[in-house]
Amino acid sequence: MNLMLLWSTLILGLLYGLLVLGVFLTFRILNYADLSVDGSLPLGAALTATLIFNGMNPFLATLLAIPLGALAGLITGILHTRFSITPLLSGILTMIGLYSINLRIMGRPNVPLLRHDTIFDLLSTYTGLTLRLSQTVIAVAVIILTVIGLYFFLNTELGQALRGTGDNEVMLRSLGVNTDRMKIMGLALSNGLVALSGALIAQYQGFADINMGIGMIIIGLASVIIGEVALGVKSILGRLCAVVAGSILYRLAIALVLRISFIEYTDLKLFTALLVTIALISPEISKKFRPAPNLALLEQKTGAAERAGN
Amino acid sequence: MLQINNLYKVFHIGEINEKVALQNVNLLLEPGEFVTIIGGNGAGKSTLLNCIAGVHLPEKGTITLDGDEITNFPDYRRAGAICRIFQDPMIGTAASLTVEENLALALRRGQRRRLNRAITRSERDLFRQKLAVLELGLEERLSTPVQLLSGGQRQALALLMATLVRPKLALLDEHTASLDPKTALRVLHLTRTLFENERITTLMITHNMEQALDLGRRLIMLHEGSVILDVNDLEREELTVPKLVDLFHAASGEQLHNDRLLLH
Repeated sequence: MNLMLLWSTLILGLLYGLLVLGVFLTFRILNYADLSVDGSLPLGAALTATLIFNGMNPFLATLLAIPLGALAGLITGILHTRFSITPLLSGILTMIGLYSINLRIMGRPNVPLLRHDTIFDLLSTYTGLTLRLSQTVIAVAVIILTVIGLYFFLNTELGQALRGTGDNEVMLRSLGVNTDRMKIMGLALSNGLVALSGALIAQYQGFADINMGIGMIIIGLASVIIGEVALGVKSILGRLCAVVAGSILYRLAIALVLRISFIEYTDLKLFTALLVTIALISPEISKKFRPAPNLALLEQKTGAAERAGN
Repeated sequence: MLQINNLYKVFHIGEINEKVALQNVNLLLEPGEFVTIIGGNGAGKSTLLNCIAGVHLPEKGTITLDGDEITNFPDYRRAGAICRIFQDPMIGTAASLTVEENLALALRRGQRRRLNRAITRSERDLFRQKLAVLELGLEERLSTPVQLLSGGQRQALALLMATLVRPKLALLDEHTASLDPKTALRVLHLTRTLFENERITTLMITHNMEQALDLGRRLIMLHEGSVILDVNDLEREELTVPKLVDLFHAASGEQLHNDRLLLH
């Protein structure tokens, strides 16, 4: 793999990292498999691309993707909490609805940005950096800011209540937390990040496309799981960094697989599905290959634990 | 303190398995009173506690706490005044959160959560000090995820969390039933220190008659959704487990067929 390809893989990994952080928030923190991301990623892309296409400042157009994505998450959250629709189904409903909305926003299935300045172009014009470098600077800066922001947020009272809601809803309600509101907030935050991811990816690849959202949830889950398995860290900050690393590792894996001669680009979804399946069943498999426990030692340990426990 | 008037709770209304869980329950609790509740399976003990906590909303009747009518408040809105301990130690604590994070959540019971720091340094000192009372060494394990603790440790932590902010009313639902006898005894001891001795108004469900006679000053027996026995102070001092069983027969006109209730 040449250096340029590696570089662009890294940038793409970081830009998709926002999607992965969003999926991490719902899937790991809230314990909620939110399929609306398949709609909110192209939503952010569609809005930002259309606005840039019509002459809006790209920075402003990019920022506007966040509240719109959050609105999509809000709708999923309300469907689930107010109307007791299952998490999976509420996400699917939002996702399907968004497909039409995205088409409405764009007015056609594809909005090209090749003749329009994106935030990457603007940065390189202002600073004189090469386009590749300004892409790197923006991708790195956005990811670092998001990770730090999420780290601080998850350690506030509100963030802790959000984590608690995903862990033990009954207890959180008994402690006076409106867990419905927490879920809505988490979904809005997550989808805001996902839409921002879409906005940046559209500008990076030079177009927004109606089908760019297909399979985003699986890519998100794959990256979350790969990151957790590869880095195996436990702290909040460590986990946030791990899932971003997971996003980069996933892109690397894709780039490598594409170099195999008989693999077509269209095979990627199957590859991703296999990757996630392997990652999900790997704990079970590794259990089977673990050496038999030393019973005497185990007894000694549990004996000690019991004494400590009582 | 707590006043319950003419409370009715019916499940599956209009369906074939319709069940009247509570009927015409009246109860008045004085401040600082520690009341134990006994009764067979399906007597309505947990339903009563869940109605008071706001998990279930009653079909009829009123619940008043400290002069405020709370009958139809959702559970999270009454949590500032009411704390709950559950039978399953796994429900009383959040597994993936650390000891101090669980305590910090409990310290803000009933408050609006904001973007302030979740745990301050002075709070950490407070947690250490409070945890030392449990005598489990948890004050040295503030940043241990709760899932690494034993059931007994988790239940002790839940008791501490419930009293971290003094509640107006505590609801304990068979909180020793899923612990081994030795641990149950410790948790019971803690219940005495943290609730009874602190004169926190408490309703405690138990399946263990001796426990019911041992703790608190008043005993209530529920049967088929109604209060069939309500004894306090003087009467209670003379009660023994066999007498209690006789009283049950007299009041309910039925043989006590619940093994669990008899064996303990």
